[in-house]
Amino acid sequence: MSQTIVKIGMGSCGIAAGARPVEAKLRTLLEGHPEIEIRKVGCIGLCFQEPLVEVEVDGKSTMYGHVTEESVEDIVKKHVLGGNRLDQALVLDSDGSGMENPRMDKQVRIVLRNCGIIDPEKIDEYIEREGYDALKKVVSSMTSEQVYTEVLDSGLRGRGGAGFPTGLKWKFANLSKGDEKYVVCNADEGDPGAFMDRSVLEGDPHAIIEGMAICGYAIGASHGIIYCRAEYPLAIKNLNIAIEQAKERGFLGEDIMGSGFSFDLKIKEGAGAFVCGEETALIASIEGKRGMPRPRPPFPAQSGVFGKPTNINNVETYANVAWIIRNGSKEFSKYGIGKSRGTKVFALAGKIAKGGLVEVPMGMPIREVIYDIGGGIPDDKEFKAVQMGGPSGGCIPKELLDTPVDYESINATGAIMGSGGMVVMDEDTCMIDVARFFLSFVQNESCGKCPFCRIGTKRMLEILDRITKGEGKESDIDLLLELCHQIKDGSLCGLGQTAPNPVLTTIKYFKDEYMAHIVDHRCPATVCPSLIHYIIDPEKCIGCTKCAKNCPVDAISGEIKKPHVIDDSICIRCGKCKVSCPVGAISVE
Amino acid sequence: MSSTTTVSSNELTQRLDPIVQRYQGKKGITIPLLADIQKEYGYVAEEAVTYVSRKMDISASEMFGVATFYAMFRLQPEGKYVIRICRGTACHVQGSASVAEEVARHLGIEEGETTEDGIFTLQHVACLGCCSLAPVMMVGDNVHGLLTPPKSIEILEDYRKKG
Repeated sequence: MSQTIVKIGMGSCGIAAGARPVEAKLRTLLEGHPEIEIRKVGCIGLCFQEPLVEVEVDGKSTMYGHVTEESVEDIVKKHVLGGNRLDQALVLDSDGSGMENPRMDKQVRIVLRNCGIIDPEKIDEYIEREGYDALKKVVSSMTSEQVYTEVLDSGLRGRGGAGFPTGLKWKFANLSKGDEKYVVCNADEGDPGAFMDRSVLEGDPHAIIEGMAICGYAIGASHGIIYCRAEYPLAIKNLNIAIEQAKERGFLGEDIMGSGFSFDLKIKEGAGAFVCGEETALIASIEGKRGMPRPRPPFPAQSGVFGKPTNINNVETYANVAWIIRNGSKEFSKYGIGKSRGTKVFALAGKIAKGGLVEVPMGMPIREVIYDIGGGIPDDKEFKAVQMGGPSGGCIPKELLDTPVDYESINATGAIMGSGGMVVMDEDTCMIDVARFFLSFVQNESCGKCPFCRIGTKRMLEILDRITKGEGKESDIDLLLELCHQIKDGSLCGLGQTAPNPVLTTIKYFKDEYMAHIVDHRCPATVCPSLIHYIIDPEKCIGCTKCAKNCPVDAISGEIKKPHVIDDSICIRCGKCKVSCPVGAISVE
Repeated sequence: MSSTTTVSSNELTQRLDPIVQRYQGKKGITIPLLADIQKEYGYVAEEAVTYVSRKMDISASEMFGVATFYAMFRLQPEGKYVIRICRGTACHVQGSASVAEEVARHLGIEEGETTEDGIFTLQHVACLGCCSLAPVMMVGDNVHGLLTPPKSIEILEDYRKKG
């Protein structure tokens, strides 16, 4: 008998795009067909095509995109029950004919090996794909030293952004003396514009559990803590289910697989503070305190959670571990260039045609990631910059599009790899506004301990505010640069030390835009509200009154069928008039 | 002791002792403790913190110190629907500032405030992780993506109709 499986992408992004009603409809349509399995899977990364439904018949699979309650009926009748593939909205096909097949073929999936493929709530599906084989191998045939050496040899570096060699970190924690040690997973993904950790936690939670257990074995720890953002409720739910199942099967708990090695795992929910991504602040938060960083040394490897030796890695880092142990360090280090080995997951967002999650070998040029995989810029607009590394990172301009994605090359631009957010910006983005956006973020999120970070970022924000209002002075640029260097030098933790990066890179690559604001009182991207004006072209205006009706502050006047005018002194620059005009008579200057 | 005090302290005992028992004797519990108070009351109620701090031997100032540090905790009750407008980078470059302005104008409240009828509370959040659908807002537990200012108002009005 043929086996049919219908998969539906139910990650947070899928649900947000409307997967729930599609799932409900699917279940109703297939009610009388118990032989057909419906499988809820995580995010495969093609977020821009969601909701996604995949039909798998005897191992041959076809994925459909932008599925609605209506179109799912067609898919069920014609394909699932009728056996005929539909040609519309065909995203991926195992024969290679889907529109996104070339995009997927360019990727190498190590971290995302199971995301969007298995049901995260079913441990058997993880085991079927060689899940927990690595843990088995480690506890039955390897010494702790062999494990961390294997990880060290693979060249894996911290995927949270700093890029410290993972194997070395494990070695330090292993050599640290202590009867009790901790393994911590930093799942407090707070970088605005990055969501790779969320997708892995939701879509493949066992990969994190297995990676952490292997780390526990390597450093001699019997306790693990996953510090996860409370803003990710689905991730927490799936992790809890996975931990329970792993305990039932003996992959967690006392005497794992009869090896004498014990490892328990708990989830600690974060409470919403960006600074807790910094490891010493994260430790303070686990201990129930305000998430304030402290000076290092002592490093967490010597004195971490409750003063015990602790190893902290990010989600993506742990997600690589089981694969490395199973396939060997050589297989992993085959990918990448220089000192950056393996793959990196990127979250593509912003002004990009095909936003979503991608995993590429290290060293791929940014241009290839954005254009070949991300589909380039929508609406025939011009690429302006890509922001990498979130508030600690920077904007990489067009001239540097051929920079390869590896730690050192990205650092050389003034940005950082960070956790892997890539927010693409087009000609309609004002770079001063972007710099101000990041500064206002770090200013809000500064824990307040260091005056340079607390007050310095506030002063910088005031200056940028002035510039976007057209009240900037030429000396402001030097003042900003001076503050940047002082904040970098005078801050204790990574948040303050990197807070000036978005300002530094925008001044470095987009100084002319700063000058346009300061000298000409002009915002070239027509973004900054104080420097733009909405104007109605009397030749084009048909006097339909739509703009006047939509104006929230009654700034538009005029008689029916006669050209209207905008009173610039009342206008709040919300742009509603421009959107509502049916003849395109309203423009921004 | 007046009768009203007895009633209210009885009420505190009933509502909070199960929470106290859950955490008694454990380490590093301030954050989950506050989260449970918030779950019980809908916000971090002052009298609840005072009561629990005595029972658990954690100073009230330490508990408020933690409560005010993290974005998750609120010291005021909130409306029936909490609107979380995402102000992440992807949402920002896709125009979430104008969505946020329009929503605030439409509801007549500022960020952090609740409408007079108690239906909506408006919050800005750093990133909801749904960047490919930017701009995004969450209303209650539901995420709404690809917003424009008019679309966001339509969505909110649907919630208001539901009451």
